[in-house]
Amino acid sequence: MIEFKNVKKAYQDNVVIEDLSFTINDGEFVCIIGPSGCGKTTTLKMINRLHKVNGGEILIDGTNINDIDVNELRKSIGYVIQHIGLFPNMNVKQNISVVPTLLKWSKDKIDLRIKELMKMINMPFDEFAYKYPNELSGGQQQRVGVLRALAANPNIILMDEPFGALDPITRDVLQDELRNIHDQLKKTIIFVTHDMDEAVKMADRILFLDGGKILQYATPEEMLKNPGTPLIREFLGKISYDYNASDLTCEDVMRKRVYTVYNKERTLKCTSIMKQRDVASLVVVDHNNRYLGIIRIEDIKSEGVPGETIEKLIRKEDITVLINSNARDAFSELEKDNKEYLVVLKRDRQVAGIITRSSMAKALASLIWGENDV
Amino acid sequence: MFKALSDFFDSYGNMLISSIFIHLKFVFISVAIGFIIAFILGILLSRVPKLSVILIPILSIFQTIPGLVFIGVLFLYLGIKDITVIIALAIYAIFPILKNTYVGLISVDKKIIEAAQGCGMNPFQVLWKIEIPLAMPSIISGLRMSTIYTVSWAVLAAMIGLGGLGEFVYRGIETNNTTLILGGAIPSAIIAILLGYLIDKVQYHFTPRGLRKEP
Ligand SMILES: Nc1ncnc2c1ncn2[C@@H]1O[C@H](COP(=O)(O)OP(=O)(O)OP(=O)(O)O)[C@@H](O)[C@H]1O
Ligand SMILES: [Mg+2]
Repeated sequence: MIEFKNVKKAYQDNVVIEDLSFTINDGEFVCIIGPSGCGKTTTLKMINRLHKVNGGEILIDGTNINDIDVNELRKSIGYVIQHIGLFPNMNVKQNISVVPTLLKWSKDKIDLRIKELMKMINMPFDEFAYKYPNELSGGQQQRVGVLRALAANPNIILMDEPFGALDPITRDVLQDELRNIHDQLKKTIIFVTHDMDEAVKMADRILFLDGGKILQYATPEEMLKNPGTPLIREFLGKISYDYNASDLTCEDVMRKRVYTVYNKERTLKCTSIMKQRDVASLVVVDHNNRYLGIIRIEDIKSEGVPGETIEKLIRKEDITVLINSNARDAFSELEKDNKEYLVVLKRDRQVAGIITRSSMAKALASLIWGENDV
Repeated sequence: MFKALSDFFDSYGNMLISSIFIHLKFVFISVAIGFIIAFILGILLSRVPKLSVILIPILSIFQTIPGLVFIGVLFLYLGIKDITVIIALAIYAIFPILKNTYVGLISVDKKIIEAAQGCGMNPFQVLWKIEIPLAMPSIISGLRMSTIYTVSWAVLAAMIGLGGLGEFVYRGIETNNTTLILGGAIPSAIIAILLGYLIDKVQYHFTPRGLRKEP
């Protein structure tokens, strides 16, 4: 548990946080949001003592952070920042192993851990471990940044606009992955963003700051229903009406853009599409655009023969929903064993779209805020 | 032309080879000493950038004292010894390395340093694992500059009778013999170019792929 108790912060004479108190529970995913300069980064950096607290105290599991050795504290907290967080002089493996190395883990233990982590986000060890940051795409760099924060298995992870510099599609994918990681590992994550879409999608609770003060600290649903102040309402976009998610169908919450491949396609083509789109699997269709299954990067990696078609590697996974079925059912289906996405089919089994957590969140948001561009 | 060359080697061949070795000895020893001092000083200065803004210009004044004057003064104190030349050359070698070390270190992105601190590195670990590797290209190009300068300054060693390729140059000037002058000048130019090339190779080899400008 992290507790801020009457925390005060000033840069020289400029008081940016006067009196801040809040609590974050274990395993909670909290997004801190607010206008630029409201003190989000400052709040975050006080937790790992990159900034000193000038008054009040911050407690982690009841211990004042000032009573913990600063470097021990930081080794026990993951930290991800926007953009150039990776060390350019180190390859992927070295970057991820920074904290375990500082903690003097054995080489074998580190190797094992890195392989495990890279598997989690579908970056094959053999392909990526020895690449340098400048040889990775922005999305891959940020994934490595997240893995570095996770490496030593900290209970708390701080993230400062980690996906801010990514293009919308990659951001979407990484948000899903991070949310998955959170659901699996139950870490306490404190995530700074200035993007309300992102906060609504990711957070268990949203902490809205303005001028170093809390305007509202609530679950996304609560904030959507009852925005605490006009500023929050503005952040949420257009006015929130009463909304009723139970009327939605899968069609309303799906994304129409689906990365599909034809079942006679060759493996190489698939991997290049995956790479280009930064995704780990593609939906396989026949020549009538009818659903056949999905193809995963790890299957191509382990069993694929160069030059052969993907036919043998297709997994006939049961992750489909019908286009006119209720969105709520789709959602619980998605929740069940943590599926990455659902494929939406028309009656004749043609692929119509795909439902992910983010397409859901966006659909809900646009319903509430009156926008139509899902 | 060819005749002149073979005559030159007949009469001076042995002397040329031993001069090259003496020359290289002066260069290596003084650059090595200069490098160690400059590297440490550069690190120390980078810890106090406010002070360095004043200190570095003062140090650079040394650089502007002509080598001749400097060796002359040292010679009066220390006499005709190798150490005189080595100290003089080492002092000259310091500045380019010092400046490049300092500049390389303070221009490491503050966000990267903060990320390193955020991982729990202590100041020494940040310096050793992050700042120095990132400053390395700059440090090495300082080393390259110093080495090349030192090759030409080492010619001055002959001035106080300690040999090296300068010997040819001075004798050539005294006897008005152009062949001799060139016999000293050309090998030192070649040495400078070769050492520069060698350092480039070493630098390329030791720069992690992530820091190389071109892949
Ligand atoms: N190192 C510093 N020295 C002086 N003032 C600072 C420093 N860091 C931040 N500030 C000031 O503190 C206030 C809060 O800054 P902070 O970086 O926490 O804002 P933020 O909410 O993260 O903003 P943004 O969304 O732009 O990142 C700002 O007014 C900023 O100018
Ligand atoms: Mg910020």
